[in-house]
Amino acid sequence: MVKPLDIKLLRDFRRLWAQALAIALVAAAGVGTMLVIVGTYRSLIETRQAYYERYDFADIFANSVRSPNRLLDNILSINGVIRADIRIQESAILDIPYMSDPASAKIISIPDRGEPNLNRLFLVKGHLPNVEKNNEIIISQAFANAHYFKPGDSFFAIMGGVKRKLVISAIALSPEFIYTVREGEMFPDDKRFGIIWMRYSNLASAYNLNGAFNFISLKTDINSNQSEIIDKLDSLLKPYGGTGAYDRNEQSSHAYIDSELTGLKAMSYVLPPIFLLVAAFLVNMTLARLIALEREQIGLLKAIGYKSSTIAYHYMKLSLLIASVGIIFGWIYGALAGRGMAQIYAQFFKFPFLLFQDRADIYAISAFAALIAALFGALQAVKTTIRLSPAIAMSPPAPPVYRQFFLDKLGLSKYFSQGIVMATRNLTRRPIRAILTTLGISLATGLLIAGIFINDSIEYMIEASYYRADRQQASIVSAKPLTPSAMQEVKRLPGVIMAEPFRIVPVKIINGIHQKRTILTGKPNGADLSRVIDLDLNPIKLPQYGVAMPQMLADILDIKISDYIEVELLDGSDKKLKLQVSQIIQQFMGLGVYMEISSLNKALGESSLSNGANISFDSNKTDELFLIVKTTPAIAGITLLRKSLQMLRQTFGESIGIMRDVMVVLATIIVFGVVYNSMRIQLSERARELASLRVLGFTKREVSIILLSEIFILTMLAIPIGLLFGYSWAGLLAHEYQTELFRMPLIIERSTYGFSALIVFIAMLISAFIVQRRISKLDLIAVLKTRD
Amino acid sequence: MNEIAFRTEKLTKIYGSGDTAVHALRGVNLSIPSGDMAVLLGHSGSGKSTLVNILGGLDSATSGKAWFLDNELTAMSEKQLTQYRRLHVGFVFQFYNLVPSLTARENVALVTEIAKDPMPAEEALERVGLTPRMNHFPSQLSGGEQQRVAIARAIAKRPNILLCDEPTGALDSETGITVLEALTQINKELGTTTLIITHNADIQRIAHRVLFMADGQIVNETINKKRLNPSEVSW
Repeated sequence: MVKPLDIKLLRDFRRLWAQALAIALVAAAGVGTMLVIVGTYRSLIETRQAYYERYDFADIFANSVRSPNRLLDNILSINGVIRADIRIQESAILDIPYMSDPASAKIISIPDRGEPNLNRLFLVKGHLPNVEKNNEIIISQAFANAHYFKPGDSFFAIMGGVKRKLVISAIALSPEFIYTVREGEMFPDDKRFGIIWMRYSNLASAYNLNGAFNFISLKTDINSNQSEIIDKLDSLLKPYGGTGAYDRNEQSSHAYIDSELTGLKAMSYVLPPIFLLVAAFLVNMTLARLIALEREQIGLLKAIGYKSSTIAYHYMKLSLLIASVGIIFGWIYGALAGRGMAQIYAQFFKFPFLLFQDRADIYAISAFAALIAALFGALQAVKTTIRLSPAIAMSPPAPPVYRQFFLDKLGLSKYFSQGIVMATRNLTRRPIRAILTTLGISLATGLLIAGIFINDSIEYMIEASYYRADRQQASIVSAKPLTPSAMQEVKRLPGVIMAEPFRIVPVKIINGIHQKRTILTGKPNGADLSRVIDLDLNPIKLPQYGVAMPQMLADILDIKISDYIEVELLDGSDKKLKLQVSQIIQQFMGLGVYMEISSLNKALGESSLSNGANISFDSNKTDELFLIVKTTPAIAGITLLRKSLQMLRQTFGESIGIMRDVMVVLATIIVFGVVYNSMRIQLSERARELASLRVLGFTKREVSIILLSEIFILTMLAIPIGLLFGYSWAGLLAHEYQTELFRMPLIIERSTYGFSALIVFIAMLISAFIVQRRISKLDLIAVLKTRD
Repeated sequence: MNEIAFRTEKLTKIYGSGDTAVHALRGVNLSIPSGDMAVLLGHSGSGKSTLVNILGGLDSATSGKAWFLDNELTAMSEKQLTQYRRLHVGFVFQFYNLVPSLTARENVALVTEIAKDPMPAEEALERVGLTPRMNHFPSQLSGGEQQRVAIARAIAKRPNILLCDEPTGALDSETGITVLEALTQINKELGTTTLIITHNADIQRIAHRVLFMADGQIVNETINKKRLNPSEVSW
């Protein structure tokens, strides 16, 4: 038989269903968010791992200028190396029929027969190229999608100075290019950069590299010492222009996914606890009111012999019941949204399949967390039932005592309407509840800001990199070093208004036991197009002598200003320089170091050379300029910065939009939970008072205003506090997102604060109006007949 | 002859329907002249409160008609009834129904804020003898004082009608008398038509007119030739 107390429990639950639901939704948001984030995190890790294993993603990578194929035997004999794949890897400018601006590609060789040994391809469509047909290629799926290419389509490429027609035989994915960006860039531009695979013989003859390779990947034994292997590989490749081997951590696709995973982890620390905290507070508030209403019943139960612990447990069970409903909703939401989120990620990153991780443990953990939160919330309220002595409980509570508050003390209350005076006195009478309600609403405000500020930070970085640092319309990379006279020719290209040389050298910087591979860039001082800027977006004047080094790299290498560093060139020249660090700079992205270009050339012992030019041009002459770029063999690549920016905004716009919508929904759930419950409780506490006012001739509207003014005042207090919360969480997230490559600036625009405040305010109004409708249902007669 | 403040015609109120229907009023006919102090007597369940609730614009009739002056209450919308209560009716309840977060003066001001031609809150409180206590909260006042605040609140808007439902019901006799004194004084000085519900038969002697109710009907109506002062009554 069901115990009478349990019947009461179920009836209480049914009676309080709307409040219980509001709380359950908040708990559900916590549970669901935990499932989504952890599920996505695990899915990404597992999917990447499985992809790597099934398609033999390599462990170590190395470039060289031209290594003979026979070197492979020596490399394979390095202790710990299981397998190796040698290939040619070059860059090419593409001429795509319908597109006036040039694209570029990384062209990679695959063996003449079959598949690569490592970094195997997943063929989405088509067949492997036939070596006999020397122009057949495979292209990366993202690039194919951006152009709607299908097998059989063709375009042109300038390879080794010769324009060739290439025919697509297949579209593929590769574990090497889950995230595809052009070297030295942060964001993908699938329309202007793609990966092309071609049979070895065909590519080798185009670049005159027969019998040689310039890129090698190694698979190593799990127990092997990778840095030892890297050292041995480096010494084998050195004579052939080896530029230093590196492991997965420096492989750009792998590293980028790592940083995304770091971000997800950070989110999982911040988001779910907020919801569970708010749910705990709501349980507390609602249960405290229920217990206050049932004071006499509790006294009666005790009088007839129920133990305090039985009664306490009875109310605890109600909180657990509410939490359980929340858990079920949260699980459903988590299971559905988690899969959706993981799929969005799988599409953003290019995975051929998705191993969605939906393991039972996280369901159990999230449920446990929600139950603990509910119990924690119930505890404080339930304590009062234990303390009540039956005699006291059965007599009515003492009438509420109000005190004068500061408005009264200052004699100001006469200037305010009675409604405001009532509201402020009510608030000061129950300060804890007022504080918790304020806290709940401010948490929602903060949550919104923390969820959407990333857009501002990215915009700031776009501003920094595209409008302050690299303001050129395009960067041209030359196939061979440019002499000053060649630079003059660049300036004479059609439409070119301004051209500034740059020199890029891949280097390894060594300071005692510390070393790091990076890029050394030489730029002219006083450059107008491409500049080095600091965190405040002001251009930095590069030192006359020596190197300007970002703080992050200085920390990694334990370098102080005016220290000397060893710089090993990785351009195949095997040169070593000793340079002084004469400036430490603050940067958002990358670990690149800078020198004044002439000072760099002097250090290299060369006359003024550059490897390319940053240009601005007359957009009316774009077609003419691009035509020359596409057909000039001396130009190895071109980056169109503004066009990349459009693509970037498009890519990020979508995911940021989804993120913002989700955050708005979640914050609204919190605001609704808090406002609905606190107003229902007020309505229950003040029903008599409000009904009296109605009897005295107050209209429904006037009574509503009295009820609403309290929540209005609290929301007005909560929003500024929430803005502070938002700022600090955003700071925390920005810090958590920080990686070696990337420092997220903490930028929150006023519009973001405004948007968050507005959403919270609107959510408050809507929730309040739902409660307000109950004022019409106040039973004017009944309420007057009863004693408080 | 004074004009008629309240008039009803076959006023009927039935709660529920079918087997569970309760006939609270069974065709009540009455008329109360303006300026009268009337006492409505009867046992609980006799229909007193239902009648007063309908006359006060708190409840609607099932059939029959009720007028306040020339206005038919039974034909008014909810909005109009709110306006009627707001402008013409003062209520005094058994349990005072003061707003606990407002002081005595502010409780009165609550009504003067929304009334058309109110007296100052201070004056209303003076009339019930509470000037010294006007800055106290309800929790700091005795029951009698709280009820007098309620009366001050009811009369501050200079209502045509004062409806009192068991105004002394929660008070001891001595305190009850101070409350009744306040009510008779108001009736005399302001000419407010006053209707007092009570089941305390001793109170009837202070009124002009006494209506006896039983089983949803007015079974007897008497007019006191000689009224007593509240101080002469005891229970």
